[in-house]
Amino acid sequence: MNPWNHDVAKDEKDLVDVQVDGVWMQMPRGLNVVEVAHRAQKFIPHYCYHPKLSVVGNCRMCLFEMGTPKMGPDRKPVLGADGKPEIAWMPRPQIGCATNITPGMGIRTDSALVKDCRNGVMEFLLINHPLDCPICDQAGECKLQEYSVEYGTGASRFVENKVKKPKNVDLGERIVLDDERCILCSRCIRFSSEVMKDDVLGFVNRGSHSTLTAYPGKSFDNAYSLNTADICPVGALTSKDFRFQMRVWFLKETKSLCASCGTGCNVTIGSREGKVHRLTPRENEAVNSQWMCDFGRLNFHYLESKDRLHRPLLRAAGEQFPGTWADAIQRSVDGLKKVKPEEIAVVASSRLTLEELFVLKRLLAELGVNRVDTVPNPGQADNFLRSGDGNPNSRGTELLGLSSGGRKLGSWGTEIESGKIKALFVLGGEDLIASGLPASTLAKLDLLIASGILTNETTRLAHVVLPGAAFAEKTGSMVNVHGRLQRMTRAIAAPGEAREEWTILRDLRMALTGGNSFHSVEDVWKSMAAEVSQLSGLNWARIGDLGIQIESVAQAAGVKAG
Amino acid sequence: MAISQYRLVFKHIDSPGYTRDIACYQKHGGYEMLKKGLAMGPAGIRDEVKKSQLRGRGGAGFPTGTKWSFIDPAKVTKPIYLICNADESEPGTFKDRQIIYKDPHQLIEGMILSCFANGVKLAYLYIRCEFTEGWKILETALAEAKAAGFLGKNILKSGYDLEIYVHRGAGAYICGEETGLIESLEGKRAYPRIKPPYFPAVLGLYMCPTIVNNVETLCNVKHIVEMGGDAYAKIGRPNNTGTRLLCVSGDVVRPGYYEFPCGALTLGQLIYDVCGGIRNGRKLKAVIPGGSSAKVLRAGETYKMKAKDIHGNMVDRDVKLEDLPMDFDSLAAAGSMAGSGGVIVMDDTRDMVECLANISTFYAHESCGQCTPCREGVLWLKKILARIADGHGKDEDPTLLKDVADRIAGRTICAFGEAASWPVQSFLGKFKEEFQLRIRRNGTAAKTDTVSLTH
Amino acid sequence: MSIPLHAGTENCVGPEKGEITPAFEKQSDELVSRYPVSKRSAVLPLLHLWQETFGYIGPRGVEWIAKKLSLQEIQVLELVTFYPWFRQKPYGKFHFRVCRTLPCALGGAGKTFAALQKLMNLKSDGHEGAMVSEDGRFSLEYSECLASCGTAPVVLRNDEFYEKVDEKRASDLVTGCR
Ligand SMILES: Cc1cc2nc3c(=O)[nH]c(=O)nc-3n(C[C@H](O)[C@H](O)[C@H](O)COP(=O)(O)O)c2cc1C
Ligand code: SF4
Ligand code: SF4
Ligand code: SF4
Ligand code: FES
Repeated sequence: MNPWNHDVAKDEKDLVDVQVDGVWMQMPRGLNVVEVAHRAQKFIPHYCYHPKLSVVGNCRMCLFEMGTPKMGPDRKPVLGADGKPEIAWMPRPQIGCATNITPGMGIRTDSALVKDCRNGVMEFLLINHPLDCPICDQAGECKLQEYSVEYGTGASRFVENKVKKPKNVDLGERIVLDDERCILCSRCIRFSSEVMKDDVLGFVNRGSHSTLTAYPGKSFDNAYSLNTADICPVGALTSKDFRFQMRVWFLKETKSLCASCGTGCNVTIGSREGKVHRLTPRENEAVNSQWMCDFGRLNFHYLESKDRLHRPLLRAAGEQFPGTWADAIQRSVDGLKKVKPEEIAVVASSRLTLEELFVLKRLLAELGVNRVDTVPNPGQADNFLRSGDGNPNSRGTELLGLSSGGRKLGSWGTEIESGKIKALFVLGGEDLIASGLPASTLAKLDLLIASGILTNETTRLAHVVLPGAAFAEKTGSMVNVHGRLQRMTRAIAAPGEAREEWTILRDLRMALTGGNSFHSVEDVWKSMAAEVSQLSGLNWARIGDLGIQIESVAQAAGVKAG
Repeated sequence: MAISQYRLVFKHIDSPGYTRDIACYQKHGGYEMLKKGLAMGPAGIRDEVKKSQLRGRGGAGFPTGTKWSFIDPAKVTKPIYLICNADESEPGTFKDRQIIYKDPHQLIEGMILSCFANGVKLAYLYIRCEFTEGWKILETALAEAKAAGFLGKNILKSGYDLEIYVHRGAGAYICGEETGLIESLEGKRAYPRIKPPYFPAVLGLYMCPTIVNNVETLCNVKHIVEMGGDAYAKIGRPNNTGTRLLCVSGDVVRPGYYEFPCGALTLGQLIYDVCGGIRNGRKLKAVIPGGSSAKVLRAGETYKMKAKDIHGNMVDRDVKLEDLPMDFDSLAAAGSMAGSGGVIVMDDTRDMVECLANISTFYAHESCGQCTPCREGVLWLKKILARIADGHGKDEDPTLLKDVADRIAGRTICAFGEAASWPVQSFLGKFKEEFQLRIRRNGTAAKTDTVSLTH
Repeated sequence: MSIPLHAGTENCVGPEKGEITPAFEKQSDELVSRYPVSKRSAVLPLLHLWQETFGYIGPRGVEWIAKKLSLQEIQVLELVTFYPWFRQKPYGKFHFRVCRTLPCALGGAGKTFAALQKLMNLKSDGHEGAMVSEDGRFSLEYSECLASCGTAPVVLRNDEFYEKVDEKRASDLVTGCR
């Protein structure tokens, strides 16, 4: 996915001896000094270097002192008293990002010279910087701010006029540029050119007047443009969506997943007081590296949509009225009991978590309902992260046998018309009308139960509407299109009386079949892992923050194709 | 005037009746060395160049034979390129201009020989576009050479093919830096590359092994083929072999270009004998001996140098500025460099603040802007110096200038960082009192007694 | 050297005039053919050709060249603004470049420049870069070292190179413009 992966060793077992700040250690051959220092828990500050982009070495923040083994007259390394090679230190500092380790290399990350180098670079970067941190969105995540505390001197010796550059430049639909803050590291240009193959950004003018820009009249709004706001080390590129929203240090961070397509990019949800403010990609080399698409990143505002379902709704006299959960469950149970199991059809949803689907599976088994399927949701695949599957957990519904990929679904319209299906339970906010079933057909049903997040045509016709939780509001797991099992974690509570679907299904099940209750979503996982062979032996700790492959990628691809 | 020039590269330059067309060149033995070189074979030429100890004339003085030996045409599978650096942009230097304008075929013959020696099939001649006639002269000369069978397919029936194209720069000094030049030739901003990993010999033009040599260097190859490496090495001094083209400008009676065996004459002889001394009966104050990037030397200075005494022992000797031999090692020992051979002379009426401010304006204008210390630091230097020259200096400015320069040199992507810092470090080191005086006499009176050089 | 951002559009008065003739096409194809490995290398030659033909390089030039070489426009604009030789607005019919670097400064380049400026009746607008006379006849700017320091001060008038240009010669150069 990335043209470069400087942080990944070619061979973790092919080690060479290096000395870092006086300590000899073994590190994988070929890694650069920034990465080696990182592994040695010696941080080398840097701006332009990014492990997934080409190395340009322009910021000069990562300068370090380098040495090589002293050679004797016999052309063999001279050994010191400790039996280790003596090191001949070079007078000129070197850049860590472009220096790969070699056997016997000496690395100093905190010598007086190194400190002076960093100090110098900091002073240089700040002389023409507007120093408008109090009104800068990046404050709190700005490397300039962060490093200046650590490596700067404080007082400025610069009394000349600063170089003036454009501020508040609209780069495209989603990004704003402040050229005075830009430190010309070229990360954004390299991302666009190397990862996205979209050359819109570039530098114009020269020397101190060099200025980042998009070609006049062209906008920078490729499907992944917001990643540049993440990798911009300063507040030069900012997301319009997140601008002036919230100081980042107030944000609670929750490790979760994007649920807007089958890729399941790992994300960090930034929230505060029950409100999601942003999604940012969370590094996972097996899934999304450090990136995510703009669509997924911004696809959370519906959490606060005015169409959000906050309370259970019950239909009476042709209209829906808000009701209690107890009434809603009772009404559903009563309705379902009136019909035979073979007259019930269930639209499971590939938007639900495995845990939610498992409770459903139990319920259906206990009731003896066989008619279950999911609604396919074709997405817009690109050649990068976006998957052609618009659902986040299609592999999960298949794994639990709750989906035939929509093949069964095709006949349900006629079966409703002919009276074979009398009750329909639609989960996960699926909208059957939008998928082509006439409203008049649904109107023939004795019972239509719909759970979901937002009002849609189907919920509007339902006898019982059960308000559910969105991705940021629930905890559970999903399997992505590549067969990777991953966890999502609740960042905020669902609004109003809306609830995570697994609790809705649990309550329904208790009332309908008296099935054993699950006290927590972990309980659900445990039962599921005991039952589903692909999950056996797995627990949440083992899945971890980065997920775990439960099918080979090829297998997953095969299933999809077949 | 006891010292006479030794004209090797400049042999025909300005000689009466000599024209730049191929007929004239051939009448004077032109392209005979190409025939000889083709017969010697690539390895033969490389051997002679190695033996000649020729050092690059572009500025860094790197041994050409060694540079070539980094590439083994027999082992390299990628194409090998050669680029002639005709960017001649180091202030004070105007030697390549003479060759290009007056004897272009000498350069082309040297270039063909060098290409042949290194298995090069495609070469570029990167010339600064301000040589508005120069590039046309070269295009004409290349066409002539091609028509005569010295260039193109199957050169002189040797089976060797070579194309050379002229490529014009566009007014950026940094294109003289070889990796900046390569980027520029690739159609990009002339951002010098980081080394490692992008050494031209390994990852040069189009990421292939590439040789970059200066115009004068390539001309010398022709003469090395002619006389043999050993004979060539006898000109000049050990490790400083061959001749050197020297360009003198500034406050001398006869500024101009001259050719001498390396180290055969001293700085004093150059200024007083060759160039007729300081203009208007004034006295020498300072001289920059190797292009504006070289550290300035102050009149009256002496330098500690190693020299052999009469018994052949190495001893420290005090050498006066006037007695400095004009070669790589001596000027380096004096704390400066032979650089590009551009000698800029300043007389005793010159204000060193003005001179340095002028130089720093050049560097601030020419920084490519890629790396932080140079991009930010060099403009800062210029601004401080302009302020001092304007009569608004502060007591702490000299220290600040030195600090800023010290934090640029040695920490940048390319040697431009040093080129921009060395003048500041050396002018401040050697003329500190002049800066302090100017700062003390701040205000409107500051400029009245000097000629302003900051524009 | 500070060209305002997006100078590419703001500074230009309309699209560069003139037709793209078959001869122009042919010439550019020949230039491109000199770079068999990468036609991107032909950006500089094409920019030169464009400027020599149309006087300056505005958006039309940038876009034409980008298309010709299958590049993005920004990749061309990056160069137009990096290399001082290129201009994004029309200059005078007679464009003067006076070398200002140390050897020429020592030789009196400042006086030469002042004389030219006076003769051409040009006023600095405070911006760096060329001054252009109102009638479009003259323009004047400083240039860095032109590599002829031995004959300082030196001046380029369009493509013509002049040495030892003192105030007297400067005046001849201006009156000699036809
Ligand atoms: C800032 C800078 C400017 C340079 N300008 C020139 C130049 O104008 N001409 C030149 O031949 N070399 C120039 N050089 C040196 C080149 O990088 C390179 O070393 C040289 O062309 C190699 O040729 P040589 O080995 O024949 O000397 C410059 C170097 C630096 C750092
Ligand atoms: S906008 Fe940000 S990422 Fe882009 S060059 Fe400037 S500082 Fe670097
Ligand atoms: S690629 Fe898919 S999972 Fe990743 S951010 Fe985009 S929509 Fe979300
Ligand atoms: S030292 Fe100066 S000229 Fe060289 S790469 Fe850095 S900014 Fe450019
Ligand atoms: S990280 Fe910028 S130079 Fe190494």
